[in-house]
Amino acid sequence: MLERKIRVLVAKPGLDGHDRGAKVIGRALRDAGMEVVYTGLRQTPEQIAATTLQEDVDVLCLSILSGAHNTLFPRVTALLKENDVDDVLVIGGGVIPDEDIPFLKDHGIEAVFTPGTNTEDVVSFIKTNLKR
Amino acid sequence: MSKADDYVAGIIAGKARIAAKAISLVENGDSSAIEFLKALYPHTGKARIVGITGPPGAGKSTLTDKLAKLLRKKGKRVGIVAVDPTSPFTGGAILGDRIRMQELATDPGVFIRSMGTRGQLGGLARSTHSAVRVLDAYGSDFVFIETVGVGQSEVDIVQLADIVLLVTIPGMGDDIQVIKAGILEIGDIFCINKADMDGANRLAAELEMMLDLKGHFEGLRPPVVKTVASEDKGTAELLESLLFHLAEDENSGRLAERREKNLKTEMLRIMAKALENTVSRLTEQTGALENYSRQIMQGALDPFSASEKMLAQINNIQFRL
Repeated sequence: MLERKIRVLVAKPGLDGHDRGAKVIGRALRDAGMEVVYTGLRQTPEQIAATTLQEDVDVLCLSILSGAHNTLFPRVTALLKENDVDDVLVIGGGVIPDEDIPFLKDHGIEAVFTPGTNTEDVVSFIKTNLKR
Repeated sequence: MSKADDYVAGIIAGKARIAAKAISLVENGDSSAIEFLKALYPHTGKARIVGITGPPGAGKSTLTDKLAKLLRKKGKRVGIVAVDPTSPFTGGAILGDRIRMQELATDPGVFIRSMGTRGQLGGLARSTHSAVRVLDAYGSDFVFIETVGVGQSEVDIVQLADIVLLVTIPGMGDDIQVIKAGILEIGDIFCINKADMDGANRLAAELEMMLDLKGHFEGLRPPVVKTVASEDKGTAELLESLLFHLAEDENSGRLAERREKNLKTEMLRIMAKALENTVSRLTEQTGALENYSRQIMQGALDPFSASEKMLAQINNIQFRL
């Protein structure tokens, strides 16, 4: 049995054009030995769900700065559910007000990381909360 | 039904999630993977396997995207295995080929899988071959394999593909570069991408001259096609060329010949891997290496005799992916 690698999809839903944060996270996860699929800017929830399924990732990281997280994040998790994808850890990050976080957690986003987060915290959260 | 049969049934039924899980099974070297691959094999062979290789930044992902879209317009189903390098230092990887293929993500007739090389050096991942077979059985008419950005000698793709498209760009060096040994020898079709850049015509002339010097070809003489993939220019001609080449190879028996040759290489690789695995297990379990190295250091034995003794202890071969 070979070493099991953690596969991650870093995705940018919605219309903002800033992916510095997504790239920093992607790079940190890469340096932690994970395989990071990055799909670029302006993804629809449908594209993100289909990619999650085909790439069979362990973790989906959603990054958003536009303020549309309350609409787009739950749409992604609903699509995953529709496709019976129930073994993927979904986390979010970006400019997200604290008061929105409980709502997102109710909708399947298991952790939300906001500006100032130490990348090591993201790595250790992933490693301890994998669903498979 | 066994787990392997379940997977195979799901893949043949066109279930994307099962295909995705099956590729992971193989990629992780799961103990049931070999049984699965055996059960899968009879359902493969229908897809045409197209290798796309060339230096980093030549436009392999963009070309793959455009060719896939053209094939979709013809009603063909497409699988794509895109390989990017794994860091030799951390084991991590950024797999970014999908950035150029965003519109294909939601097309149910397209399945894309990204892979890290995980230590392989020939331009492919260890499980690329198996992933291609999964996508073949899944019902793809064409499976594209996009290699990592290659330098001069990563030629593993030729042992896996039915046809190899070598993508290059102007400005990579003088005409000696094109007569060097290595990747330029494996192209069945040469694509000069970014052909709106200076030097495209000269590169085309140099490639044609290289082909003139070669003179003899096992199949068709490789055509040289110019494209600007980002603007979708020349891509329809490239696809025509690809389909023509594949059809000719099929009619002439060259395709079957090539597949047979690739199977021989594959069997050699499977056996070499099994022996390597068996040897490392044997030596780990018995501590024989320490024992014999001590004897050799003391002048009691030589490395060849010690190896003979260890190999003589093998009584069953253990397969591994």
